[in-house]
Amino acid sequence: MNAIDNRDRRDRYAAGVMKYRDMGYWQPDYEPKDTDVIAVFRITPQDGVDPIEAAAAVAGESSTATWTVVWTDRLTACDKYRAKAHRVDPVPGSPDSWFAYIAYDIDLFEPGSIANLTASIIGNVFGFKPLKALRLEDMRLPVAYVKTFDGPPTGIVVERERLDKFGRPLLGATVKPKLGLSGRNYGRVVYEALKGGLDFTKDDENINSQPFMHWRDRFLYCMEAVNRAQAATGEIKGTYLNVTAATMEDMYERAEFAKSIGSTIVMIDLVIGYTAIQSMSKWARRNDMILHLHRAGHSTYTRQKSHGVSFRVIAKWMRLAGVDHIHAGTVVGKLEGDPATTKGYYDICREDFLPQRLENGIFFDQSFASLRKTMPVASGGIHAGQMHQLLDLFGDDVVLQFGGGTIGHPMGIQAGATANRVALEAMVLARNEGRDILAEGPDILAAASRHCTPLRQALDVWKDVTFNYTSTDSPDFVPTASVAG
Amino acid sequence: MRVTQGTFSFLPDLTDEQITAQVQYCIDNGWAVNIEFTDDPHPRNTYWDMWGMPMFDIRDAAGVMGELASCRKVYGDRYIRISGFDASHGWESVRLSFIANRPANEPGFGLERQEHDGRRVRYSTRAYAAQLPEGERYS
Repeated sequence: MNAIDNRDRRDRYAAGVMKYRDMGYWQPDYEPKDTDVIAVFRITPQDGVDPIEAAAAVAGESSTATWTVVWTDRLTACDKYRAKAHRVDPVPGSPDSWFAYIAYDIDLFEPGSIANLTASIIGNVFGFKPLKALRLEDMRLPVAYVKTFDGPPTGIVVERERLDKFGRPLLGATVKPKLGLSGRNYGRVVYEALKGGLDFTKDDENINSQPFMHWRDRFLYCMEAVNRAQAATGEIKGTYLNVTAATMEDMYERAEFAKSIGSTIVMIDLVIGYTAIQSMSKWARRNDMILHLHRAGHSTYTRQKSHGVSFRVIAKWMRLAGVDHIHAGTVVGKLEGDPATTKGYYDICREDFLPQRLENGIFFDQSFASLRKTMPVASGGIHAGQMHQLLDLFGDDVVLQFGGGTIGHPMGIQAGATANRVALEAMVLARNEGRDILAEGPDILAAASRHCTPLRQALDVWKDVTFNYTSTDSPDFVPTASVAG
Repeated sequence: MRVTQGTFSFLPDLTDEQITAQVQYCIDNGWAVNIEFTDDPHPRNTYWDMWGMPMFDIRDAAGVMGELASCRKVYGDRYIRISGFDASHGWESVRLSFIANRPANEPGFGLERQEHDGRRVRYSTRAYAAQLPEGERYS
C-alpha cells in the first residue's frame, strides 16, 4: 500500500511547500521490486537536518520532485514515478552520515542509456543545499535494465581467443615520456617493448594529436612497430591507439584509420563522456575492435568518501556502456587503492553474478545476465619485483601495465619487457604447481632471474620501491568473527 | 629465433615433470586437456591439428603424458601444444595453453610490406618454414 494513499489527496497537493518525507518519497515499508533500480547514497545532512528527510529529499530530487508542490503531478501516475527512500542506516564509525537506500521504478530510465540513468541519479541532487555532501556508493541494476545494454564489444574470453593468449595476465606498458616524443621515436618504444615480451603497449590518456606528434603519424609508426614485433616473436601484439578527440567525427575518423591499418585495439578516455563512450562501443562492436578505456578524470569524484561517486558504480556503468578494458587500480602501485575496495571493482568487471559483499563495498547482489566481461587493467607504479603480489591479488584476467617498470630498465626497454614477462611466467608456473606464491614469491623470482639477466637487474634496481600510503577510499564494513555453526 | 606463443615460452623448455604439474593443474580445475601439433607457427594459425579428441575424462596427468609421448614419437619435429579447455558457462574456451615441444631450429618469420597511398602499409607475416609443403618444413 502506497503511503500517499493514506492521506487526503487534497491536502497533499495543496499549493505550498511540504516536507519531502510527507510527499511520499519516504516509504519505510516499501519492498523494492525485482525490476527496480536501487541506489545507496552516503548522505551527510546539514546540521539540524533530519537524515530521513534528507534521504527523502535525495529520492525526490533524483526523481520527480521539485521544491514545491505542483498540481501537475496529478496528471501522472505519480506514485509509480516517485523514487522511494525506504531505508536509512547509520554509517559505521561516522556519526554525521547515513546510508540511504532509494528504489526507482524501471520506467524512469531510458533503455540502454547511461546518460539518462546518470542524469537522474547524479544530476541536480548532488548540489542540493540541505546536504553537506552526497556520495553514490553502489547501485543494484535489475536484469531487465542490464539487458537493454550491449556491454563490452569483445569481452575477456573473445579478447583472449583473438590474441591467442591464455592462462596468464596480459602485459602492457604505457609509452613514456607521455608527452613530447615524435611519431618515429614513439614507435621505437613500442617496438622495443613488444619485441621484448609485452603483449600490448599503450598511448597515455593525454596523447591525442599535438604539435610534437600528430595522430596519423603516431598510428602509422606504431603499426610498423607492432607488425615488426609480431614477426620477430611469432606472437600477436597490439598497441592501444588513443582516438580521444574533440568531436565524435574526429574520433570516428581516427578509429576508422586505426582499423584500416590493421590495429586490433583502440582506446578512449573517460573524459569523452558517457554518450561518446557508448558510441565508440557500438563502433567497436561493428568493427571487431577491442575497446580500451583509460579512466582519466575519475579521481576528481571517486576518491573522497564523503562526496562524489564510488568507482564501483563507474565500473558498473562502464561494463554496461561496453568497454573491454578499464583501469581499476593496482593496490601496490603509485595510485589510490585499498585492497578490499579494489577487489570489489575487479569483481564488478569480471563476475557474471556478484553477491553482496560489504567488506568489498558491494552493497547488493548484482547479476550481469551473461553480459561480456571487462578486463581490468592495473597500471601505475608497478614492477617485476611485485609479481607474486599482483598475481595473488588479481589472478589471470587482468592487464598488468609496467610503464616505468619496462622503459626505466637499466639495460633498455627490451630488457625491461623481458624481465616482466619472465617474472610473470615463472610466477604462473609456480602457482599452478601449487606453491604458495605470496610466501615464496621473492625466492621464485630469484630462481627465475638465474636464467634471465634482465630480471636480475630489474629486481636489483626496484627491490625497495613501494608506495605505502593510507587509502582515502576504504570499506566501511569489516568482517567480524562469528561463532562457527 | 624462438616462437613465444603460449604461456611459458619465456622460460627454459619445460621438463616432463613440469609439464605433468601443469596438466594436473588443468585436470584439478575440471578442464579437458587437449594436445595439438603443427608445422605452421603463424601467429594467426588458430587450428593446429588435434592429437585425438580433447581428453574430457582423464583424471590423472600420467594418461595425458602417455599421449604426449606418442605424439612426440610421430611429430617430435613440430610444435606441440597442450591446452586446458573450460566448458563452464561464461567461459567455454581455453584456459591455459603452452608449447610442450618445438622444432630444434626455428627459422622465424619474414615481414612483407606492400606500400599503399597515404603512407599506409599492408603487412603480411610469413613463416619461412611454411614456404615448404606441410610435413617437410622442419625435417
